[in-house]
Formats: sequence, C-alpha cells, structure tokens
Amino acid sequence: MAKVSLTVNGKNVEKDVEDRTLLVQFLREDVNLTGAHIGCDTSQCGACVVHVDGKAVKSCTMLAAQASGCEVTTIEGLSGGGDLHPVQAAFREHHGLQCGFCTPGMIMAATDIIKRHGTKLDEATVRAELEGNICRCTGYHNIVKAILDAASKMDGAAKVAAE
Amino acid sequence: MYDTKYHRASSLDEAAKIFASADDGAFLSGGQTLLPTMKQRLAAPSDLVDLTHIDGLSGVSVDGDTVKIGGLTTHYEVNQDNALSKACPALARMAGWIGDPQVRHRGTIGGSLANNDPAADYPAAMLALNATIHTNKREIAADDFFTGMFETALEEGEIVTAVSFKSVDKCGYEKFRNPASRYAMAGVFAAKAKDGSVRIGVTGAGDDGVFRWTEAEEALASNWSADALDSCDVDSSGLMSDIHASAAYRANLVKVMTKRAVSSAD
Ligand SMILES: Cc1cc2nc3c(=O)[nH]c(=O)nc-3n(C[C@H](O)[C@H](O)[C@H](O)COP(=O)(O)OP(=O)(O)OC[C@H]3O[C@@H](n4cnc5c(N)ncnc54)[C@H](O)[C@@H]3O)c2cc1C
Ligand code: FES
Ligand code: FES
Repeated sequence: MAKVSLTVNGKNVEKDVEDRTLLVQFLREDVNLTGAHIGCDTSQCGACVVHVDGKAVKSCTMLAAQASGCEVTTIEGLSGGGDLHPVQAAFREHHGLQCGFCTPGMIMAATDIIKRHGTKLDEATVRAELEGNICRCTGYHNIVKAILDAASKMDGAAKVAAE
Repeated sequence: MYDTKYHRASSLDEAAKIFASADDGAFLSGGQTLLPTMKQRLAAPSDLVDLTHIDGLSGVSVDGDTVKIGGLTTHYEVNQDNALSKACPALARMAGWIGDPQVRHRGTIGGSLANNDPAADYPAAMLALNATIHTNKREIAADDFFTGMFETALEEGEIVTAVSFKSVDKCGYEKFRNPASRYAMAGVFAAKAKDGSVRIGVTGAGDDGVFRWTEAEEALASNWSADALDSCDVDSSGLMSDIHASAAYRANLVKVMTKRAVSSAD
C-alpha cells in the first residue's frame, strides 16, 4: 500500500491506497469526486483531464502515488465557489456539450490552453490544442466557439482587474 | 493493471539500488508509455522506480556549440525552451508535435529514447543530430544506441540521464501523422552539420525502427535542396506494412517528408 498525501481542490487529503491506483480512480473512488471521467484505456480520449501543479494531465495515466505531494484541481474545484467559471459558463452559453461525458476533461483542457496562450488564442490553435480530447457528440464546433469566447471574456476581466 | 510496488528514488544511486533488488523492476519517468502498457496488461513490472524526483536530470542547456538536454526534461519543456528554439528550432518544434498537450506535460525525452518506439519522434532527431546518449554508466553514440524495434543498447538497470549534440548549420523535421494515434507514419529529421555533412533520420517507417537514409544524405551533401532528392528512391523492402499504409506507400512518404524537412530547415 502507498500513503498518498496531496491537495485536492485546496483541501488536504491523505489515504492509503494500492500502489497501482490510478489518479483518476483515486479521485473518483477514494475522494468521491466523480467529475473526471474514464472514457478509454489507451490514454487518448482526455475525459479524465485534471490539473496537477497547474498543468493539464491525463489522470488515467498517472498513479495516485506519483501525485503525492502535488496540488490537484478537478472540474469540481475549478470555479472555487457558487458561480460557474467563465469557461463553464461559455460552454453552457454556446451549447458546447451534448451528452456531457467529455465536458469535464474538455473544460480542464480549455482552461490550461487559455492559461498558456492567453490573448494569442485563435481557432487553429484551439483545434490543435484539443488534440488529446475526444468528443463523440458535438463535432467540436461549439466547443471551439465556447473556448474562444471564454478566452476573450477572461482577458477582458483581467484587464479590468489590472486597471 | 497487475499489482506493482511504487518507489520514489531521490538519487541515481538509489534508483539503481532499488532496481537491482526488484524481481522485475522498471523505471518510471513520464509514464506516458509505461502506464498505458501496464493498464493493458502488456507489461507487469513488480516494482516501479520513479525517477522524476532526482535532482539535476531535467532542463536544457546551450553552451556555445553544445546543446544538452536532461533525460527527465518533458516534451513541453523542450518545446518551450528559448535557448533551444534559437540553437535548434526544429527540435523544439518537433517536441510540440508529440502526442497532445497532456502527454507533453508529463512525457520525457529519456523515456522516449529508452522505449525506442518504431514511430517515436526523438529517435529520428537523435540519429540526424549525431547525438550522444548519456547514461548513469557511460556515453553512447546515437548510431549505436537504437538497435531495433523497441530495442536499445541500454543494459538492465541503465538510466538515460541526458542527451547532447553539437548545434548544426540547419535542420528540419516533418512528420506525417497517423490521424488516430498521432504517432508518425513517416517522420524525417534532416540535419546539415557545420562541416557540410548531412544526416537523415527516418522514423515510423522502418521494420527495425529508426534508420538513416544514406542515399539521400549523399545527394543532399552535394546539393542541399529538395530537388536533389528527385533522383533518390527509398527501398521499400525493409519498411513496415500495416493497416495504415503499405511499405511502398511509406517509401514514398519518406521521400516526401525528407523534401519537406529540407525545405523547412532553419
Ligand atoms: C496519446 C499518446 C500519444 C503519443 N504520441 C506520441 C507521438 O506522437 N510521438 C512520440 O514520439 N511519442 C508519443 N507518445 C509517447 C510519449 O512521447 C511518451 O512520453 C514517451 O514515449 C515515453 O516517455 P515517458 O517519460 O512517458 O516514459 P515512461 O512511460 O515512464 O517509460 C517508458 C519506458 O522507458 C523506460 N524509462 C523511462 N525513463 C527512463 C530513463 N531515464 N532511462 C532508462 N529507461 C527509462 C521505462 O522503464 C519504460 O520502459 C504518445 C503517448 C500517448 C499516451
Ligand atoms: S480516460 Fe481516456 S485519456 Fe484518460
Ligand atoms: S458531449 Fe458527448 S462526448 Fe462530448
């Protein structure tokens, strides 16, 4: 057994788990956060994306034991409060989801993309950056729209905050 | 995934020690190849030795003509490194074409080289750049390192700690991606050294993994331009055939990718 001690959405979590436990299993079964989904067993679909120490990773391709000592953010912790995060709000507004299975991973990937590219974000970049996230419903069009809109709104909000 | 035991090493010596005392140990870096393989039960190491907490094994340094990349440097870090983008832009670009952003955040150059997937990108670059692979025991020339499909010159328990190479006059990389897996169906790294010599590393196509296309090297050494390749042809006999592409199709792809790599070289 491995002693895993990490921060999940700002809270300390400490548990003994089997060494082979994947981070996504740990989050879903031991921490009861079922937002990160498991959509494949080949590390290709991105439904499981969370942030580890501020970077988007596939939580199905990391052991919980590897994440010990890290700060993990899941879709449940993204908004940090009652209101939706701007990316969540944009997905709702632009109909960026249908069945919703890919959505937690899409949104965690999207916030990472916006963080890395900021104002330089354009459609081609969003599409290339979504390489590791598969959606079987939407055809991606509205997902891309939602991400671009959220990026411009977040940029606007950041400018207001800086003034 | 079968049961396994996770260990975190804090030094190379400790990693080697844990590995030596394990029944059937494996080093774990980014886990972007090893963990998917374990999930599919295609690998079942008794012990995993996590290398990522060992200090000093990651980062890029450019010192005059010499470029050195630590074995634990992630694809993302290679892609983003400013000094490397000046010293060897094609290599930095190439790292940004590996898999997807999440894979690049965790996957490492050392893990990719040790794995030597026949469609991986880094092996082609290492061959073309005439790189040296540094391990915890010795230095190995890229020409001697890649010994076959998923095979390298690494011995049991040997750890890739870094790679180094002399910066070149010009180099380029072009990859025809399998649209589903994002691995190369043919990827070509073309490099022209400062002494005028040319090396071409080809991945994704060879039956035995990565290889050099020597005929093109000679043609390009006397005339560094895509047109110089018009008279060269890749022999399809040693090339892979699978549901994605026949050997003859790959042979043509290699030529086309080589032309593009030469044209885009900077
Ligand atoms: C969806 C997806 C798409 C991908 N697409 C591409 C692609 O387009 N191109 C490409 O090149 N790769 C691709 N990869 C593979 C990726 O680049 C991996 O990161 C890389 O192959 C392995 O590096 P790692 O650090 O993750 O190694 P790990 O998975 O940790 O280890 C791989 C192997 O190397 C050994 N090992 C690890 N580190 C060392 C070391 N320092 N010394 C000695 N042995 C070591 C391990 O024991 C294991 O056998 C993809 C992976 C995924 C999941
Ligand atoms: S569950 Fe598909 S990539 Fe993680
Ligand atoms: S909304 Fe159904 S998979 Fe994306």
